Amino acid sequence: MTAGVDARTAPPAVPVAPVGPPGELVRTGETFRVVGTSISHRDFEQKVRGELSYADDWRMPGMLYGRIVRAQLPSALIERIDRSGALAIPGVHAVLTAADVPRNAITEEASGLGMDPIVQPVLAADRVRYQGEPVAVVAAETAAAAEDAADRVLVDYRDHPGVFDPEAALAPDAPLVHRQGNRLVEWRLERGDPDEALRTADAVVEGEYRTQFVDHAYMEPEAGVGWIDGDGVVTLRVATQVIEHAREIAQILGVPHTKVRVIGTYMGGGFGGKEDMTIEPYLALLVWATRRPVKMVWSRQESLLARQKRHPFTMYYRTGVMSDGRIVGETVRIVGDAGAYPLLSPRVLFAGAVTAAGPYDVPNVRVESTAVFTNNVPTSAMRGFGAMQVVFGYESQMDRLADQLGLSRTEIRERNFIKKGGQLPTHEQLDTYVAVRETLQTALEALDEEAGSGDAALDGGDTNAHYLVGRGFACGIQPYGRSRFFADRASCWMGLERDGSAVVRIGVTDLGAGQAASLAQITAEVLGVHPDRISVHIADTALTPLSGGTFGTRQLYMSGNAVLKTARELRDKLAPVATSLLGVDDPAELEFADDRVAVRGGADRFLSLAELSGAAEERGVMPFHLSTFEAETGHFDVRTGRGQTFPDFTFGTHAADVAVDLETGQIRILRYVACHDVGRMINPQRVEGQIQGGAVQGIGYALSEEIRIVEGIPESSLFADYLMPTSADVPDVRAIPLEIGLGKGPFGARGIGEPPIAPPAAVLANAVADAIGVRITELPITPERVLAALRERRGVGADRERGGPTPA
Amino acid sequence: MTARSLVTLELNGERREAWVFPHQTLMEVLRDDLGFTEVKYGCGEGLCGTCAVLLNGESVNACLLFAIQADGCAVTTVKGLSEGADLHPLQRSFLDHGASQCGFCTPGMVVTAYEFVREHPRAGREEIRAALAGNLCRCTGYVKILDAVEAYVRSAEADGSP
Repeated sequence: MTAGVDARTAPPAVPVAPVGPPGELVRTGETFRVVGTSISHRDFEQKVRGELSYADDWRMPGMLYGRIVRAQLPSALIERIDRSGALAIPGVHAVLTAADVPRNAITEEASGLGMDPIVQPVLAADRVRYQGEPVAVVAAETAAAAEDAADRVLVDYRDHPGVFDPEAALAPDAPLVHRQGNRLVEWRLERGDPDEALRTADAVVEGEYRTQFVDHAYMEPEAGVGWIDGDGVVTLRVATQVIEHAREIAQILGVPHTKVRVIGTYMGGGFGGKEDMTIEPYLALLVWATRRPVKMVWSRQESLLARQKRHPFTMYYRTGVMSDGRIVGETVRIVGDAGAYPLLSPRVLFAGAVTAAGPYDVPNVRVESTAVFTNNVPTSAMRGFGAMQVVFGYESQMDRLADQLGLSRTEIRERNFIKKGGQLPTHEQLDTYVAVRETLQTALEALDEEAGSGDAALDGGDTNAHYLVGRGFACGIQPYGRSRFFADRASCWMGLERDGSAVVRIGVTDLGAGQAASLAQITAEVLGVHPDRISVHIADTALTPLSGGTFGTRQLYMSGNAVLKTARELRDKLAPVATSLLGVDDPAELEFADDRVAVRGGADRFLSLAELSGAAEERGVMPFHLSTFEAETGHFDVRTGRGQTFPDFTFGTHAADVAVDLETGQIRILRYVACHDVGRMINPQRVEGQIQGGAVQGIGYALSEEIRIVEGIPESSLFADYLMPTSADVPDVRAIPLEIGLGKGPFGARGIGEPPIAPPAAVLANAVADAIGVRITELPITPERVLAALRERRGVGADRERGGPTPA
Repeated sequence: MTARSLVTLELNGERREAWVFPHQTLMEVLRDDLGFTEVKYGCGEGLCGTCAVLLNGESVNACLLFAIQADGCAVTTVKGLSEGADLHPLQRSFLDHGASQCGFCTPGMVVTAYEFVREHPRAGREEIRAALAGNLCRCTGYVKILDAVEAYVRSAEADGSP
């Protein structure tokens, strides 16, 4: 894939800060030329033209169509598979079952800490563990024939006991999903003496919070085309967040890693749902078996029914506080439903554990975070990645504490905010500036501003009114970058062409958030090449240096730093050529800008970058460079729960006013503000877009989205019953990015991909509680749940729902 | 096997013919048979709007229509709005306002907005919000899409040429 920069809009010079060590406040003064401007990029022009070629838009001559046969039961033994009917259909070229898979195992060790991997079959052999699990895969001349063939693969099942509730799955006599036991992982973090602290606290607030299964529901379903290339290389052009899966695919086929090539397309959204493999192993098997190009596209129904979801969490919080508002102790127990296979559950529950106390410095705290196997559809990565669910827990607790003590909801938070040097439950100290207080103040001021003068619009005191109005807010902490013990790396190749244009090759995948575009801006900033003369080639295991997948809000941090490092080193490599030709001694006297390198202050002493490139090559200094950025590493001890986890964190506050309809239970969001400290913006327009889009996804999670799974059977298989926000359901989210505390990304940027999705559920639960005086503790906050809460308040009708509303 | 019928379309101003099965949707024929891949498959049930096209000027979800129902009709996709290298001002506005992120909803969103603004040249933001409710976007939170369409309406008003 190639992308260029569209710089019709000449990047204006804006005053922004110099780069200091991480953790310093951003200062104003220095000028960047390209970083910090909202220039567009060629892939976005292709998008508005409808010209961008997504995974499903690709075709090959002689292409077959693949289709997966999926388990119809959530827990059963496979007695027999009869494929004769399928093979009899004209145009069917392959019907593969487990026996046809050279190495039928997906064995990623998901914790990163050396746990025993539990093997997930590519195709179920003798047993199915969730409804929708792949059992066979077919390829045929047409999509219709493939569909018919899939229907004609007859699988005889024998019932096998299943377990569908994670807490039931922990019971000693529960049916086992895997013979190793149903407890996939338990993380335990402890700091100080929480039991003693809770015993001596002035007040203790207990809360139980439940969240639901939700789907990524990107607009682009899982898709790709595979073929065998000239050198016998199985080549897959697919929508994936992680091209490095090429290695796993090669292992499945039993071929050397170099015989599988993955080309990542620009994606129609990913949100973590294309982080695990989706179609890749099935496509590869069919290509391998038929020696023909094959296309596979999952239908929306398939995607909703059978692909991994976000973990439902049950969270038990006990928080102890002194009368002045200081939190002295907290215990948190989290149980997450991993579904039938590990995927990334260990890491999701880890992120949830590390951030379970929120952006607060709690001196005595214990967190137990358990992932449990069930016969539900597997859960794995989704934007927010475990650090999202817990915001609903800890920010509901904060409001309850404020109510209990008669303190304001801002006061209780401000008294406990973590600061640089403060400790997480892992005992690690935060080593960058924490601007959560500033985001809180900014968000609340902005909400007042949106509401007009003062709090007039919040006068919801009249309980006879049709509506009650309330305000809520929530603060959040979200990691960016992979856990330090992964020793994360990203590599980049960069070259200056003979004509002074620049080429960047880097394995990053592009989810649609402008990943490639940001890298072009960073390159332009350092080399002085005009942005529209830079091509960024991404996401090809055969041609681009690997940079790790796009997930965990790591891409700007990792690839951005890799590009920055490579560009600076290339500039330094070329600088001596320029100094000798321009007759200056010190490379610091050079300025790379406007497609040339010039002597600072010497108006007519310059070389064009084209001249520099040519001169360098004549002198044997090759005008290209390969470099690797290595993230900060660290050690984490599983036994003690102590050590270093993530490289850094992004903080923010969201705030909203809502009106609750007392007759229908409908929640209308009157205004919504989302503020995050992003350290440094590479492209302000895209930062705003991330914040607005993330907030609206979070609003869907809070109010309407749910994949209901009953005894292992998902009930939502259509968009008709998976309710994502439409334009008519949500207000204009006002995004306020702040540049306060420098982070560890390029030029001090902090990651902003995931953080904005996390606070909305707590914001809206708090606003509803403020409006109606009853707290809802189970997501989504549907009109039905609101009406039940209102009945509870009136004292008529009992709360029949587990974990339902509790009087505030 | 069921017989195929010949369908004639005026596709982005060009006459095109396709032999289609009775069960084939307009989306399938546009995407798979005629190569108009800007008509996206998002759900196949008429709920996401990624396959929206104009049929004789009216926006429809191409996944909900059989191709034979479109016989003799004019079909316009997002590619039919731009003229060669020049973007349509509405497309330009989407680009300038950062209204695309992943871009998968964009072709359907643009044609839906185009039709609505043509019919409601003085539409305000809230009317635009209601009009786009049939086109899902999972990336932007809709703010920049509404900004883009609203700015286009205002500039068209200023030009006096909706």
